[in-house]
Amino acid sequence: MLELSSQTAVARPALSCRGLVKRYPKVLAVDRLDLEVETGECFGLLGPNGAGKTTTIEILEGLNTADSGEVRVLDQTWGRGGGPDRALRERLGIQLQEAKFQDKLSVIETVELFRSFYRRGPDPEDVIRTVQLEEKREAWVGKLSGGQRQRLSLAVALVNEPDLLFLDEPTTGLDPQSRRQLWDLIAAFRRRGGTILLTTHYMEEAERLCDRVAIMDHGRVLTLDTPAALIATLGADHVVEFAVEGALDLAPVGRLPGVSQARREADAFALIVREPHISIPALLAELGRQGAPLRHLATHHATLEDVFVNLTGRTLRDE
Amino acid sequence: MSERDASSAPPPARRRGAPGRLARNALWQLTRARVLSFLREPEVAFWVFAFPVLMALALGIAFRTSGTPRSRIGVEQGPGADSVAAALARSADLEVLRLPPAEAEAALRRGRIAVLVRAGADGPPTLVSDPTRPESRLAQLATVDALERAAGRADVARPRAEPVVRPGSRYIDFLLPGLIGLNLLGTGMWGIGFAIANWRQQRLLRRLIATPMKRSDFLLAMLLARLLWLVLEVGIILGFGALVFGTAVRGSWLAFALVTLLGTLAFSAIGLLVAVRTRTIEGVTGLMNVVQLPMWLLSGSFFSAERFPALMQPLVQVLPLTLVNNALRAIMNEGAGLATVAPAAGLLAAWGLASFFAALRWFRWD
Repeated sequence: MLELSSQTAVARPALSCRGLVKRYPKVLAVDRLDLEVETGECFGLLGPNGAGKTTTIEILEGLNTADSGEVRVLDQTWGRGGGPDRALRERLGIQLQEAKFQDKLSVIETVELFRSFYRRGPDPEDVIRTVQLEEKREAWVGKLSGGQRQRLSLAVALVNEPDLLFLDEPTTGLDPQSRRQLWDLIAAFRRRGGTILLTTHYMEEAERLCDRVAIMDHGRVLTLDTPAALIATLGADHVVEFAVEGALDLAPVGRLPGVSQARREADAFALIVREPHISIPALLAELGRQGAPLRHLATHHATLEDVFVNLTGRTLRDE
Repeated sequence: MSERDASSAPPPARRRGAPGRLARNALWQLTRARVLSFLREPEVAFWVFAFPVLMALALGIAFRTSGTPRSRIGVEQGPGADSVAAALARSADLEVLRLPPAEAEAALRRGRIAVLVRAGADGPPTLVSDPTRPESRLAQLATVDALERAAGRADVARPRAEPVVRPGSRYIDFLLPGLIGLNLLGTGMWGIGFAIANWRQQRLLRRLIATPMKRSDFLLAMLLARLLWLVLEVGIILGFGALVFGTAVRGSWLAFALVTLLGTLAFSAIGLLVAVRTRTIEGVTGLMNVVQLPMWLLSGSFFSAERFPALMQPLVQVLPLTLVNNALRAIMNEGAGLATVAPAAGLLAAWGLASFFAALRWFRWD
């Protein structure tokens, strides 16, 4: 497949917003948000439920209006649903969270229906093949599994060969295998030169798919960088989680060799360490000194989840 | 169409359905999707097609007129009952039941008999009946007549009777246009209102406006699908009536088509208006019932709307279902043409336009 011409000298961002504000009666959903998504990039909005990710993406998609702020999509602003808006929509692929298609239509009928709204795009049969639903071509949408429905939803978003693809929680509620299958499809779109903005509350998804990630909470961007750079801000890339019987004084633990941070979680503790083989023996010695027997110990590589916890003191799935 | 890399392209997939140009037409695809998903709901097919036919069959049989109808009366068993019953049985207008006292009152109450005759030990019998029921009054007159004749009354002047049965004046002739009207109302409301609320709840409407789809194509497709059903449902009811009961359209077919078309558009527009903002199935079902109830009660589908008091008539007569029912009856049974139904057609068009523009004004896609 041919590479799209993305080597322009001064590449304009595919998507940008500045000072975005959206207030609902009871909550400030988006609070002065600035974002820029480069052409050909996969950009992730990562955050817990209620962080304002969906409101933000729907404003960028032109399906919701901001109270104030500026949005540019593919060098265009949203109007009031006239011809220019329709021309812009010709170039966008959109997957909505929880949007359902008609249960009593088949996969091919659904893709053909959406294909008919666009002037250009691949043959519906090709799109169905791309998302690996050929065997379910004639099946009614109501009979599809969760993963198949999400792939159909992706097929419908790809039916016009979009330049910019919006994915709102594309794998929420899916089993690990279906999730990986969707990741492969999204990565394939990205390799063909497409630009992607996706929201997710799975840090693994963001690490795997995104070139850059903005971590959101309460309608604001807490931090924004590549997944590797964000993890590097922790100062170390291993996390040691442990629990003890009885009480523990955390302050001396934080000063142990190789420990860059120590924090208390619900009924356990977590240390961010550079070298586990130095820090863990030191930890065991400290626990012995404090007379707090170890109940549980585990280590893992630091993830975006740890970055989020470090920034907010909460886990992504807390609420 | 995208150019595909020849080396990796699999063999062309088998094609089925509409040819290319039509398949790329949004109006065609939207209409097709609407018709297919409607066809694939068996319960919908029942309500649209089978229900009115079963209704016509049941009511047509219950109210069939075979021979001269006779009033059914009861004679309570007791002293003197035998001679009274014998006298009454000689009347051609009466069907006499002998009932034990315990059952007699209940039979009267339940409408199994129209009049209860209680023979006294001496003197004339007592007639028990409810004077507010027309069939009771008729039975009472026939009973008095039979008793007087048995007592020796001679006819003074007997007028000559000339029996006439006009086609188009049976109950089934009256009922069938009413069933067509009811069906147009129901399918218009459900086919448009319910579908839109359902799609809004499932966020399908939102997904549709995330595409460059023309919104007018969407609304037009809903109407086109309705018109296709209109032809099918009216055809089935008319065909059934003609085959089983010998009903017919005696007036102008053009007028018939115009009234059913305008009725459908009016009911569809009202269905759209009901669903402009409702986000739940429960909400839209409740609203549709509120809108339909006055018409079910007042528009004279099963009996003449003229029976309501004069005070209510201005309201009753402008309800869209009353307009449809009366116009269809005039066309089918009285042989009316375009000129007769023009005022009703105008009012129906007004209902449709007003509802449609109000719906456009307040319609929400999410």
